[in-house]
Formats: sequence, C-alpha cells, structure tokens
Amino acid sequence: MPAPTQRRLIFAHIDEPGYTNDLACYQKHGGYEVMKKAFARPPAELIDEVKKSGLRGRGGAGFPCGVKWSLVDRKSGKPIYLIVNADESEPGTFKDRYIIHQDPHQLIEGTMISCFANNVKQAYIYIRGEFPHGARILEKAIAEARAANLVGPNVLGSAYSCEIYVHRGAGAYICGEETGLIESLEGKRANPRIKPPYFPAVLGLYQCPTIVNNVETLCHVKHIVDMGGEAYTKIGTPNNTGTRIFCVSGHVQKPGYYEFEAGKITLGQLLHEVCGGPLPGRTLKAVIPGGSSAKILRFGERFKGKRKVGAEMVDYDWGVEDVPMDFDSLGMIGTMGGSGGVIVMDDSVNMVEALANINAFYSHESCGQCTPCREGSLWMKKITTRMVHGAARPEDAALLKGVADQIPGRTICAFGEACSWPTQSFLAKFGDEFKNYHETKKAARPADSLELV
Amino acid sequence: MIAPPKPDLVTVNVDGKDIAVPKGTNMIEAARLASVEVPHYCYHPKLTVAGNCRMCLVEMGLPAVDPATKTPIMDPATGKQKINWMPRPTIACATNASPGLHIRTNTPAVVDCRNSVTEFLLINHPLDCPICDQAGECKLQEHSTAYGRGYSRFVEQKNVKPKRTQLGPRVTLDDERCILCSRCVRFSKEVAKDDVLGFIDRGSYSTLTCYPGRKLENNYSLNTVDICPVGALTSTDFRFKMRVWFLKQTPSIDTESSVGANTEVWSREGSIYRITPRQNDAVNDTWMADSGRILYKQVKAADRLVEYSIEGTAALPAVALAKAGGLLRAGSVAIVGSGRSSVEEQFLTRKLAEYLKAPVTLVSRVGPGDKILVSADRNPNVRGALVTGLVSSLPAQQLTELAAAIDAGQVKSVLSIGEDLTAAGLTAAQLAKVPVVYLGTQRNATSESAQVVIPTLTVFEKAGTFVNQQFRLQKFAKAVPGPAGVADDLATLAQLITAAGGPTLASDLGALWAIIAAEVKPLATVTYANLTASGLLLDGTPWAALPFVEGETLHFKPASPVAASA
Repeated sequence: MPAPTQRRLIFAHIDEPGYTNDLACYQKHGGYEVMKKAFARPPAELIDEVKKSGLRGRGGAGFPCGVKWSLVDRKSGKPIYLIVNADESEPGTFKDRYIIHQDPHQLIEGTMISCFANNVKQAYIYIRGEFPHGARILEKAIAEARAANLVGPNVLGSAYSCEIYVHRGAGAYICGEETGLIESLEGKRANPRIKPPYFPAVLGLYQCPTIVNNVETLCHVKHIVDMGGEAYTKIGTPNNTGTRIFCVSGHVQKPGYYEFEAGKITLGQLLHEVCGGPLPGRTLKAVIPGGSSAKILRFGERFKGKRKVGAEMVDYDWGVEDVPMDFDSLGMIGTMGGSGGVIVMDDSVNMVEALANINAFYSHESCGQCTPCREGSLWMKKITTRMVHGAARPEDAALLKGVADQIPGRTICAFGEACSWPTQSFLAKFGDEFKNYHETKKAARPADSLELV
Repeated sequence: MIAPPKPDLVTVNVDGKDIAVPKGTNMIEAARLASVEVPHYCYHPKLTVAGNCRMCLVEMGLPAVDPATKTPIMDPATGKQKINWMPRPTIACATNASPGLHIRTNTPAVVDCRNSVTEFLLINHPLDCPICDQAGECKLQEHSTAYGRGYSRFVEQKNVKPKRTQLGPRVTLDDERCILCSRCVRFSKEVAKDDVLGFIDRGSYSTLTCYPGRKLENNYSLNTVDICPVGALTSTDFRFKMRVWFLKQTPSIDTESSVGANTEVWSREGSIYRITPRQNDAVNDTWMADSGRILYKQVKAADRLVEYSIEGTAALPAVALAKAGGLLRAGSVAIVGSGRSSVEEQFLTRKLAEYLKAPVTLVSRVGPGDKILVSADRNPNVRGALVTGLVSSLPAQQLTELAAAIDAGQVKSVLSIGEDLTAAGLTAAQLAKVPVVYLGTQRNATSESAQVVIPTLTVFEKAGTFVNQQFRLQKFAKAVPGPAGVADDLATLAQLITAAGGPTLASDLGALWAIIAAEVKPLATVTYANLTASGLLLDGTPWAALPFVEGETLHFKPASPVAASA
C-alpha cells in the first residue's frame, strides 16, 4: 500500500520559500482571523470544540487536551495561568523548534485562543534554555502582536486582556516536566512536585490553577477552533485525531520532519517510502518511535493481539513495519507515540553502545530529587559506560535489567519511566547483544565509527 | 460500610486492621497509631512533606463505588465493600487518611520497593558504619539491616563528594553520607527561618551546601543534626566523642529561658556528652536552641564551686552551715532568691523567709526573644516563684531597694541563692557592710567576697520542676551525680532552715511534694511522681495582670502585647 500524502496542518508554511516569521506575512496568510472569530464566541463553546475534537497532548503523554482543561479549578477565585511548554528536549524531537522559528504567530494565536477559552489573563511561554534564537523570535513576535493589539490589554477592542511572557528555561531536561517547569518558572530548582497534592490544574504556578500545554497542542487548538471540533475528528483516526508530526532521525536516506494524519501511516511506510529506506547496503535494525524514552522496537519482531476497530474487536498480527503511527497502536505494542521523535538505527549500530549514549543522557538530566531515578539512572550509566569503555561482564545484562526494574512507578515524576524504559526494552529485545558484548568488544571497531560517549 | 465513629475521625485500614484516626492524618502516622512502622527518611512530622526518599511506598486502595450511581460495590466473597487497589505503590507520607482508605505495608511488592530504595541509597553511600559517628542512631543503618541485601551488586566507582565541610560554627557536613532527604533544607527554611541550605548539581551528584557567602550559624543549626537521618550532618562539638549506645538518656528541661524546652541529656559515667531536644508538641515540638545545648559545660567548668568555705577558707559542710545559721539567726536578713531555682527550692526558700520574716527579692534576666524557642525572660522559673508564693511581683534587674536598705543600716546579713549581687547592682562598699551567705554553682564576685559559701548543684545533677511561660509545670530528672561532698540543694536548704533555728522539713521530693500540695493552692493536686513527661498546665489567671516580658514564641502567645519585650 503506498504511503498517504502528507497533511500539513501545523507545518503548512514551514520551509515554504518566501514565508517569513513576521506578523505581516502571517496575516497575509489569514493569520489571527481565527482568533478574531473566536473572540466573538462564548469561551465555554471553544472549550467544547476542543473536547469534541478529541485532541491529545503532543508533548509525549497524549493526555486529552479537553479533559485537561476541564480539570482546571475555576471556582477557587484564583487567577488561572496558561503555560506553553516549549522546553522541547526529548532526544529525537525537533518539531516545536520549527514552529517557534518559522511560524511563531501560529503559536501566539493558538495560545491567545486557549487563554480566551479558559479565561486566562497571563500566559508564559517557557522556552528551552538552549533555544536563545527561538526566544528572541518569540519576543519579537509578541511585541509585533502587542503593537497590533492582538496581545495585551483589551485585545482587538474587546474587554479581554491577556499578556504573554517569554521565560527562558534553566537548561535542563527536567524543566519540561510540567511541575518541574512550574517550579523553574517560580525561580526555583526544577524539582518536580508530588502529585497529590500539587496537580497543576488546582495548585500550579504560584499555587494557582494552571494549564500546561505543549507548543504543537496549542497550535492544533487554533485549527480546531477554525474548522470546528467535529470536522477535526475527521482527520486522523478515532481517538487519535488530527495530524502528527514525525521527526525522523538516524539511519534513513531522508531524515526530517513529516506531518501526517494520525494513524493513517504505518511505521514501514514512513521509513521506507517517505524517508527513502535504509542507507545503501544497510538494513534497519531497530527504531524508537516516540522520543528516546519510548521503548525500542526491533525489526523482525511481531505483535499479536486484539484491537478495537469501530465497535468490534479485531485480531492483529503486525510486524514493526505494519504498526500505524498513532498513540493507541504504539501503546498496544508496548511502546508509545510520545513526542513523535522517530530514531532509526541500522545494522551498523551496536545496541550496547546506543544504550550507553541514552543512559548518559538520562543520568545527566535526572534532577536528583527522588531516590530510584537519581541513583538508578547513574548506576545504569556507569554499567553501560564500563561495558563500552572497560570490562564488560556477561552478568551485566541481568544486572542492568535488575536495576531498571526497580525504578518505574516508584518516582515522583515520569522521568523514572523515561530513564528505565530504554534499558528495559533494549535488554528485552537485544539481550543477547548485551550478554555477548564482552566478546564483541574483543574485535576492533570499524575505523569510521563514531566516538563513544 | 465503614462509618466514622466521630465526625473528626475517619476509619482507615492498615494491613487488615481498622483504626480510627483524625481526619488529615497521613498514612505514616495512621500506621503508627496502628502499631505498624512505615520506614521513611525524608518525612518528618514537624516539616512539610517532600516525598523524595520513596522509602514509605505502600499499596493503597479505596472503597469501590459505581461511577454512575455512586453506590458502593460490594465484594460477595467477604460481604464488605470492594477495594480498588492502585496499580502503583503510593508514598504514605503524602497520602492523607480518607474514609475507608486501605493500605498494605507488608506485601512482597512493598518490601521490594523498600529493598530497591535501600540498595539505591547504599550504592553511593560509604559502607563504613564502624567508623561513622552516626552509627547506632542511623536510620539508613537500621533500615539496611531490615531491607538491605547484605552484599552489593555495585562494582562501579562511587561518587566522590566533599568530606568534613564546616557548614557553620557548630555543624560539620559529610556530603558522601547525605541521602538528599532535604530535611535540613526544609528545617532551615520553615522553622529557623534562615534559608541558607540547598542542593547544587544534579542527579546523583547533587550536593548539599550552604548559600555562597553564608553560613549555617543560626541559633537552631544543631537541629539539622538531630533530624539528619544519616551521618551527613554532625555536631562539631559531639562528633567522635562517644558512641551513642553507651550514653544514658535523662529527661531534662532547658534552663536558658522561660520557654522551658524539653530536653534529653546524654551522659555516661557521670559525664554529660550532649543535650538534644525531647519532643513536646505543646512546648518545643522536636526543636531546641543551640545555646541551650552547651549549658552542660558549666558542670565541669573551671569556675565550678565544689567546696564549702568560710571567709575564703575551706570548711566542713556542717561547720559552714552552722556559721550560716548563726548569721541568719541574728535577724534582719534579706534574701535574694532565684528564678533559676526549681519550684521545690523556691518553696523551701519561702519557708525560710517566712520563718526569718525576711523580705525576698528576685533578679530578672531579660534578653531579646527570638520568637522561636528563646524567650525574653532568661530565668526558667520566675512563674514558679509566683506560684509557690516566694514573690508576688515580677523581679527587677537591679536590687535598688536592697541597696537602699543596706545603706540605711536596716540589713544585718544577705542570703543569696545563686545570684551575683554585684552584677545586680550592689557596690563592693555595700557588700562590705553586710555578711553574705552565698549558695551557688559557679564562682563569681559575690562568692569571692561572701562570708559563707555553700556549693549547690546544676540542673543536671538534681531533680525537680520548673514552671515555664505557659504556666506549664515540667519536671526534670537527675542525669549525673554532683561533685563529691556537695549535698542536694533541697537538703542544703532544709539544713539551713534548721541551722537558722527553724523547723525540720522534708528534703526528698516525694515527701516535700506532700507539703507543697498541702500549702500551695495551685499545686494542690500535684504529686511529683504523677507529673507526666509533657508537663501539667497550671491556671495562670491569678497572675494575668503582671507585665510579663515574653513576646511570642513557638506555641506561646503573650496574653497582651508587651512593650518590654526587646
């Protein structure tokens, strides 16, 4: 089956020749028209549209956006804050950066509509510390929008006022965890908060109800309000509505970003047809489908089970290539859609070395607050680093698994899962490579191979 | 259904046992009430919940209700409401009791959580308990015996962190032993209001440190040592002085101010090694000031009085007492009592004053209150003097009336109970006019010039009671024996009364309290033996009009705003 064509909703103008990130260009392409129309509607109606649309968060967890909004405590009398999570730092993911760099007004429009819908008077864009250029672009874009009365007091002559501030992040992966982000925004160390009691929807920023949404999610809100929630559900597949942006990196001929309707394209179509397949003379070995913390898939493994199609339960028997790229299908086969970062590895990759790289990242980024993640992530890194650089032992495979199994589900935030799932899945799918690595190490590495972390 | 027995109580189930606990009790405390220990490191009952050590993970379940109709779903097997168990373990410290909440603390899954947290905490922790000063009172050591695997799977290099950092004048930090529980950070911020501690670096390399250019030098810094569950924070004064399991604990009272913080005195073979706070939720929670912890040093101080003497020459106790009795018997005696004496001593002083018809004055000590656990009144027992009837008004700092009386020749001798009369405003010339009988623990200008000196005991060497600023009667016990040959203060006072020609009074606490209860109305129902560790709140209304100097401190609000509080 040939791959479907791209459906560019969010990335409609990304890398379009002649398209610039200023307000004039955005308005020439119909910018802020949706916001103008939205402001004439009752806010509750907008929330309903988002609920109807079935939009799921694009930051990684895929939590329904409408549900998130409905959990917000609106009776407390405290102000409600909206935070745009632009701390895009999941390895393998590079979608939000394109939106911020090339189409910042799309994000501002989506943010303003979401603020209006939720009666938010103050919004923060928490942008990753390593995106200084993006922060400057956003600041310029907000200034333009404010000058045009699209942001700020009495937007478009209405009684509604809303300010957007750009906050430069503190340069840590954990700042993207929503409660860690809130702590960081408050000026503290980005230690995630315990939930309960600190659910952002009730006790978020400055202990006020707070909505934290991903950049892409808020851009989708603009399109949902434009076309209506009902129409939006027609894009993609049921429960996985809208489009998804896939950031493909690694050993394919044409890595890059691609936007497709969610669930309409399979992993095989994406890698072989859209991305041009493996490099000449190589074969695909493994793929991480949703950012580095998602569990890895091995080419050649098969997944069997029952899934819901419409009202019926249907048997499925998929190879890795057959898996539709949506939250639910990827969830069914034991991994996740995550942030859409597809990392491809071919047969030139040694999985122990790949895991050593991932473990180095997670041990460096663990905030150090709670015990299992703090100690476990560094222990796993020390093991894999020793295997790669020192003396690997056959029993290290079992030890790694033993350590990784002690982390998930016992930590304050989802980082515990994020740092242990790679090790767990690498071990489950490539266990032999780990057990035999002490033999592998005796052979010289190819001269052109990359330096090990 | 499990109905709450009282409106402010909820019934929860711990390991299959139903127990009623106050609403809002967290599950660690609820389990404690059910006699089940949930191990923990970061949780402290007097600090905010951090939830970071993950040692208190338990299985939690809530009664099942039908989401549509809200009616309970019953379990046909047991006939009780079905319990929905959460798929993941939950931290007990951040989970508050709600009606019908169930927790399981002893399942294989929970034990596995504890085992894994223990293993994780130990991989970068020095495994050298035999040379660690915390050994014997280390939570990590205790829990490792229960949940450690006994051998290590860790073959990598341990993290290296700073050792023996001086965080401040009294606290030494060993970062390698720190398990990052953040108790000390929270204490400094929430209780001491001196937010100087924090973590730098990330992950397992996180390091406890002081804010650049600052020191942990507030007067509560040693509480961080008390609450440190491991050997990371140690008292510079106490570390490596004595193994804690050799020490005897004696309940005592901090005498540095009228707060009356409850303390524990740790001693061995007649020597005191340290003083730590003793929990009293109505007085000092689990804290005390650093300044109260060094008071034991007066026991073996160079200026300690250990000899009875007459005019500077050592004398036998009986001779010295007879000489003092002779002076008192001559009449026109002025007594300077003490707000640092115990209630019992003050009662005997009153008996002596009544017999001699001598006027009694006290000397006040006032300093700035710190709004936490040091109050403006630095005498521990001024209210005891009021309650026992030794005095009826608050003491002044200067003995101006006594000075005038001496100048007018109305005083023939002065009895000072531990007060330095020169410090209280009497001149050397005035002191030269009258013979002084001095009872005290330390040498000072008055003892040097006194006719008769009778050594007494420090609070650590005797038992008795104090009445603190709340009018709470609190008792302290004898931790160490006094210097050889020095009699108990009650015996000394009783003998002095006899020597002055007065009646023979009981000098042991039990018998004396029978007399006190009979003669002192506010204490009519009290016996020393029945006084509980948390003390007894007396009715302070008869003295409510007095202008007490205390300002607000922990668990104490002055009845009226006080102008005098500095």
